[in-house]
Amino acid sequence: MNVRKAKHGTLLTVIFSIISILYVYPIALVVINSFKKKAYISRKPFAIPTGKMFVQFENYVNGIKKTGFIEAFGWSLFITVFSVAAIILCTSMCAWYISRVKNKVTSTIYYLCLFSMIVPFQMVMFTLSKIANILHLSNPVGIIVVYLGFGAGLSVFMFTGFVKSIPLEIEEAAMIDGCTPIQTFFQVVMPILKPTCITVAILQAMWIWNDYLLPYLVLDMRKYKTIPIAVQYLRGGYGSIDMGAMMGVLVLSIIPIIIFYLSCQKYIIEGVVAGAVKG
Amino acid sequence: MLRSPFFKEREKIMEKAIKRYFPVFVLPTMLAFTIGFIAPFIMGIYLSFCKFTTVTDAKFIGLVNYTKIFNDPSDPFLHSLWYTAAFTVVSVLLINVLAFIVAMLLTKKIKGTNIFRTVFFMPNLIGGIILGYVWQLLLNGILLSFQRTLTYSSTYGFWGLVILMCWQQIGYMMIIYISGIQNIPGELIEAAKIDGANSRQVLFNVTIPMVMPSITICTFLTLTNGFKLFDQNLALTNGEPSKMSEMLALNIFNTFYGRPGYEGVGQAKAVLFFILVAVIAIAQNTLTRTKEVQQ
Repeated sequence: MNVRKAKHGTLLTVIFSIISILYVYPIALVVINSFKKKAYISRKPFAIPTGKMFVQFENYVNGIKKTGFIEAFGWSLFITVFSVAAIILCTSMCAWYISRVKNKVTSTIYYLCLFSMIVPFQMVMFTLSKIANILHLSNPVGIIVVYLGFGAGLSVFMFTGFVKSIPLEIEEAAMIDGCTPIQTFFQVVMPILKPTCITVAILQAMWIWNDYLLPYLVLDMRKYKTIPIAVQYLRGGYGSIDMGAMMGVLVLSIIPIIIFYLSCQKYIIEGVVAGAVKG
Repeated sequence: MLRSPFFKEREKIMEKAIKRYFPVFVLPTMLAFTIGFIAPFIMGIYLSFCKFTTVTDAKFIGLVNYTKIFNDPSDPFLHSLWYTAAFTVVSVLLINVLAFIVAMLLTKKIKGTNIFRTVFFMPNLIGGIILGYVWQLLLNGILLSFQRTLTYSSTYGFWGLVILMCWQQIGYMMIIYISGIQNIPGELIEAAKIDGANSRQVLFNVTIPMVMPSITICTFLTLTNGFKLFDQNLALTNGEPSKMSEMLALNIFNTFYGRPGYEGVGQAKAVLFFILVAVIAIAQNTLTRTKEVQQ
């Protein structure tokens, strides 16, 4: 019996190993092609770049120059970090308030947040981009406000779900000892909320870092690009894609994500599970 | 939970102390929420009944935009509606079935489970635009040996998108299913086995009912992801050939920004799109929630 089970396990391990290799293959293929002369990429995508096909780092240099990739990376990082920070800070405060103060206003806010979660972006994209223009939010600082606004629904919902489970006695003790609500929140509530903060931060960072349409419509394209915009920018006119530059930029966009993923894998997967259970 | 008799009163006192701090705690979020969601949403509804090119020159024209959607033979809106619906059905089924199978196998103690999970989850972190171009290279490379490309017909684009979305989302759903399966109390399965249930019966009568909450979440996520798909569609085929692989979100985008004078029609489509997504999301949620086991 045990022998049979062990054989069964080994077989599965072998099968999954093969599937895993196939799973990574699309990305490996891009890496291989990023070292290939651009004329050969479309014609011989599966060939290993040797001899006259091999171009060293030419594609990377081209891609970076054509798209302004370094700046795009910087802006993506800036927008993601500060938007996520703003979302965590503001929505956790909002969520605590609306779960501790019960009246018509706070319950309306809660239901509006819930409602906003099922509204697709296309519904508001045109008006949102015009409003952002009128309010001069078409820059990397202004877009943080837009992200805070559009991301508030999910975050407030998740934070309120968690705040409800915190026993009131802890906060009460702090307030009896003379803490103001602001001190109570930052010194007592915030430390308890830390796991939820990580979950929300991961879900929002995954969304904002990879978001294409919102920054494309809101940001002033001549001055600021994010990574997805820089990649799409290479498509240019009809059908003409510089495949060499494209491969280089794709690899450059994927590498930081994989490094980040492998270093915080535990938090990311826990965050996704926690987020799904709450959602 | 045991609560002291004066709980209600004490709660009221605290509420009073916190209440004055509305501007600090709620106002920043609500301002941004108004700019980023409430105002655009309300204006969006209103503008769907207007003719306009920017938000400041809107003229009320009633339902004209809505009738235009369905009376325009040059607009593949209805085609993209069916295309999107078909894509969503196929991808929801494939992703959930495959993710569930993988989750079942990876919760059996086999060697290398952690590595496999890491690998399968990875594509989720990469953005849709980037994934679209990654798969364009691979799929066009395979089709090259048949002298075809992805944009040869909308069927190629369809299955290309299905493969891409499976590859991207199976890992995510797998993680949710794994946590669901691991939460099933071991005694439950033991008891079923002692009562003489075979592994098939255990699967259908114990495991699946017990992971129903995970199934609810995963079908909800894949369903809405399918309907709202945009980035991958844009990068992989961009609607080619001649808009035949254009899904709803891309169709709405192109109506807004590709056809001058059709902004109102685009907004009307967006309203219909919103209603469709909302109805599906709510219907799905109530439907599968009724199947969940009360714990």
